[in-house]
Amino acid sequence: MSEEEVKLIGAWGSPYIRRVETALKLKGIKYEYIEEDLSNKSPLLLQYNPVHKRVPVLVHNGKPIAESLVIIEYIDETWDGYAILPQDPYERAMARLWASFIDDKCMDATWKACWSRGEDEKKAKEEAWELLEKLENELKGKKFFGGERIGLVDIAANFKGYWLGVTQEALGVELVTEEKFPSLCKWMDDFMNCSEVKEFLPPKDRLLDFLRPGIEAMSAASKN
Amino acid sequence: MGGVGEEKVELIGFWGSPFVKRVKWVLKMKGIEYEYVEEDLRNKSERLLSLNPVSNRVPVLVHNGKPIAESLVIIEYIEETWQHNPLLPVDDPFQRATARFWAKFVEDKFTEVVRKVLRLKGDQQEEAVKQAIEALDVLEGELNGKKFFGGDKVGLVDIVLGWATIWVGVIEEVSNVKLFESEKHPSLACWMENFIELPMVKEDLPPLRDQLPDYLHKIRKYGPSLLPPPQE
Repeated sequence: MSEEEVKLIGAWGSPYIRRVETALKLKGIKYEYIEEDLSNKSPLLLQYNPVHKRVPVLVHNGKPIAESLVIIEYIDETWDGYAILPQDPYERAMARLWASFIDDKCMDATWKACWSRGEDEKKAKEEAWELLEKLENELKGKKFFGGERIGLVDIAANFKGYWLGVTQEALGVELVTEEKFPSLCKWMDDFMNCSEVKEFLPPKDRLLDFLRPGIEAMSAASKN
Repeated sequence: MGGVGEEKVELIGFWGSPFVKRVKWVLKMKGIEYEYVEEDLRNKSERLLSLNPVSNRVPVLVHNGKPIAESLVIIEYIEETWQHNPLLPVDDPFQRATARFWAKFVEDKFTEVVRKVLRLKGDQQEEAVKQAIEALDVLEGELNGKKFFGGDKVGLVDIVLGWATIWVGVIEEVSNVKLFESEKHPSLACWMENFIELPMVKEDLPPLRDQLPDYLHKIRKYGPSLLPPPQE
């Protein structure tokens, strides 16, 4: 059996990297983590992801794969064990659909809704709520999007599980409330309690430090 | 191949949609029989809205009553359900991941950007044109003399970019821009010629080629929701 060499190039605060780490953990894969300074990108990163020059990049036996959801499908196909995607083709299609819905629509909309103020705020919030409503309905009655255990969609929704909560608190914004989204809020608790998720969450105070300049800039702007 | 019982495959689409076109090509490549249902996008049917409540868009594939939306998700579903004539390399997860990476690149950095080229004007359009050309430069580098992105055979990335062979020329004319230049993109130029000659593409071209300029002209002028009513 040849030696497996797995490296993950990442950045501490990014939810996209944490997705991959959770997937690696679920499969029990040993890997070397390489922290990247995004303000001063390394030759290694530029070599392994010349197209986008961004993290995460998984390097398996010298071969690089980029884009978090592509990496997760690769991990699922390459290593046996925990099934991150369902086996049935229709269920797999549904998982991919929701994962791409989260990535293509929800991420931007919820981020925007957190940071919008003044005239834009109401519209941004309504747009985000409309999308979150669809997630809430998809979740109803299930513990996780993946059923009894976490799967691709839960991993893709990780931003909503932790980063969104921290951001809301820091900004004093109420976007995902228990009243409006009871299933999602319960999911957030259950998701963040999974050991394969908990282990990789960046420390709250470090995240808050990271958000602080943006928050201060915004409150300065709104005072004018 | 497949289980016992009747296979019913339906594709809900719109004649002018490149996303629907992709799915038709894949169904054709796999020899899958299906019923096509044309949707009027300015007056969406209750059925479409109930089959795709998340985005209300076409294409939607309905297989034995179960709906799947989003062209890339549909294509992967077809690939997994009808495994002959594969679009993705079967036993090579790394090559599969590479193909998916490039499919996503095409979608995010080219398809979405060219939509903006069609819809926007002035500085915003100029920026979109610049980004589209940059994406073509990258794709040229990736293709690098190969017949198809998939190698000798058509693969996922070819299918995902294939719409460009029909739509880009028309969009360039309608929007008065230049995106693709064969001197700058020689591999892509060959690729376009090869792709458009594929029977599944060629036989489905007319009347698309005739109707497309007028349709895209109206989109640019009025936007997709503001098309004037059809002339009876």
